[in-house]
Amino acid sequence: MSSLSINSFTHKKYYNWVIRNLFSSWINSIFTIIALIFLYKVGSFFLNWAFFEADFRYNFQGDLILDRTFCSKNIKPGEFGACWAIIYARWDQFMYGFYPVEEVWRVNLTFALLPFALFGVLFDKIPFRKYFIYFTFLYPFIAYFMLYGGPGLSPVGTNKWGGLLVTLFLGITGIALAFPLSILLALGRRSKLPIIKSICVVFIEFIRGVPLITLLFTANVMLPLFLPQGVNPDNLLRALVAVTLFQSAYMAEAIRGGLQAIPKGHIEAAEALGLTYWQTTRKIILPQALKIAIPPIVNTCIGLFKDTSLVLIIGLFDLLGIGRAALADMTWTKLYYEVYVFISLVFFIFCFGMSRYSLYLEKKLKTDNS
Amino acid sequence: MQTNFIRKIFFDEKSRSLLIQALVIGIFAVFIYLLVQQTAANLERRGISSGFDFLSMGAGYDISIRLIPFTSEDTHLRAYFVGLLNTLMIAICGCFLATILGFFVGVIRLSSNWLFRNIAYVYVEFTRNVPVLLQIILYYSILLHLPKIKQAIVLFEGFYLTNRGLYSPLPIFKEGFSIIVVSFVLAIIASFIIKKYLKKKQEHTGKQYPIFLINSALVIFTPIFMYYLMGMPLEFELPVLKGFNFKGGMVIRPEFIGMLLGLSIYTAAFISETVRSGIISVSKGQREASQALGLKSNLIMKLIIIPQALRVIIPPLTSQYLNLTKNSSLGIAIGYADLVHGFGGISLNQTGRAIEIMLMVMLTYLTISLIISFFMNIYNKAVQFKGNA
Repeated sequence: MSSLSINSFTHKKYYNWVIRNLFSSWINSIFTIIALIFLYKVGSFFLNWAFFEADFRYNFQGDLILDRTFCSKNIKPGEFGACWAIIYARWDQFMYGFYPVEEVWRVNLTFALLPFALFGVLFDKIPFRKYFIYFTFLYPFIAYFMLYGGPGLSPVGTNKWGGLLVTLFLGITGIALAFPLSILLALGRRSKLPIIKSICVVFIEFIRGVPLITLLFTANVMLPLFLPQGVNPDNLLRALVAVTLFQSAYMAEAIRGGLQAIPKGHIEAAEALGLTYWQTTRKIILPQALKIAIPPIVNTCIGLFKDTSLVLIIGLFDLLGIGRAALADMTWTKLYYEVYVFISLVFFIFCFGMSRYSLYLEKKLKTDNS
Repeated sequence: MQTNFIRKIFFDEKSRSLLIQALVIGIFAVFIYLLVQQTAANLERRGISSGFDFLSMGAGYDISIRLIPFTSEDTHLRAYFVGLLNTLMIAICGCFLATILGFFVGVIRLSSNWLFRNIAYVYVEFTRNVPVLLQIILYYSILLHLPKIKQAIVLFEGFYLTNRGLYSPLPIFKEGFSIIVVSFVLAIIASFIIKKYLKKKQEHTGKQYPIFLINSALVIFTPIFMYYLMGMPLEFELPVLKGFNFKGGMVIRPEFIGMLLGLSIYTAAFISETVRSGIISVSKGQREASQALGLKSNLIMKLIIIPQALRVIIPPLTSQYLNLTKNSSLGIAIGYADLVHGFGGISLNQTGRAIEIMLMVMLTYLTISLIISFFMNIYNKAVQFKGNA
């Protein structure tokens, strides 16, 4: 008896929800029906293409797919969907580029340690945070040693790096290097010293006014011209310089927003207590400003992570560049949608994760303040 | 005495700031000097000459997408202008399309229909979390895999979609068409004057006039009337399939369509978010108060919600326009002949004048950015809150 009434109550609840959100008026009902038809058409098409009619490792005849001629859709055109075998076949390239196969464990180890390095920075209420932060500072050296090689490990030139490795390397290193630079730029832009201020303003506005691709070109073509003979940074390093400068200008603007939100009274109170400029900045202003600026900073990081795909234009093989290289190979050519959908999905997972993290922070900061 | 003087330099705020700045200038000057010297030495060693004389030399390459005539005998300077016009064309078309799509999606995101709202949400999340370059390449490859010319998809009479682009009728302007254009512009100007006059009258008398109706009738019917008056001076040349290709008409290349789709679909996702947050930012009390005053719902939207939402929307919208313009430089990935692809790519490779060309390209983008910011700032001032609050 009681279970029945609860049941009818929940039914009533769902019923009310459906009426309120889908059929509140006749025009709303028409919209709902249009949306349902649209969803059915697009959804069934996509699901059929990506799953039900797709090849994974074996085609419809049960053969292992070795090249594109084995794909079901190439054997019987028009009857089958995606052929994901290209992703399997090229998995190592998508992840590591042309990194020597026997050394791939080094990249895997670096990838595996990455979450531990980020853990302490991303979350503040975790046990042993201090040690996580120590590890964060240690991580770049470990990563350099593991990826590039050194005593005991054979060196692997950056021209062999590629795929997700390059995308993550450029994204994370660019952000990490740009962060201190951007703090200096943001402080410089709010400085009372007119010359320092104008240098910072010109730098920030110049970088923000030109497309990243022109900076990449400049770094690629002109960096060797600017440097003394014999100093010849490799292509990845050139791209890293451009990406870092680019990111520092955008991050500086995000941090400036945080700096502007600090009431003047805080600075005056610190000065009245006799703190110097750097003491005031380090102990009073920056901790508050950075906290406010975290969501916009994360947004610039998402932007940068997506923009790392531009390095394919200067001939580096990032995730997208490797995808294009795979398509240029005659054995797998013409499987455009499979490759691009897969790469989109990888980017989506990273960027969506970052945007969720930014939302989580926003929520947390809101409760902290109230 | 002397120690006192040194103490004073370090501990007096004014002299210390002068000292720091002099130091910064000094370091900066040395840095620039070293850079210039190094570059000059490097250029000399590689035997690269410098200067802008290459601009008057023949370009020696062809540009397929162009708004002004260009052949391989024309100069690099002309190649620069062809590229600049292509950049501006894609930027303007892209901003236009992205704004329409963005406002549309932004309004749907606030719809009371749960399904509509969430379809728009999925669209926004999927497009803004995938690199714009990847989207451009994806749409471009879809366009390249459309049917061949023989099996062209017929959209409407005279519009054919093929793997070589969209073939569409070419408008041919005959004598007297300029008068129609002039009349159209005059009608727009007149509509502004009428609007101002009727608004003033309304303030005096309190009577409302159907300004929008009057003006749209004026703007629409004046050119139509003139069109017939001038003896229909506009004709269309339809593309006709002859042999292996279409003859006549005009073709919109897949590079352009791919860029346009990529840029506007990507940017529209961001614009829709700014539109949504702008509309949400108008407090609920404003709507309730205007309902209490007896305003109709379309008037509430027009007089209360939109003017206040625009204040929040315009600044981020400006930066989206700037982003779109800068992203238009990605045309190089699919061969859209914009500034970076033609002038910054091919001309650079041919002449080797990397510094001059990159400087010109960067300064051009800076100028475009500044112009967009300038006009959007004027517009922003116009919509911002006026009063003493």
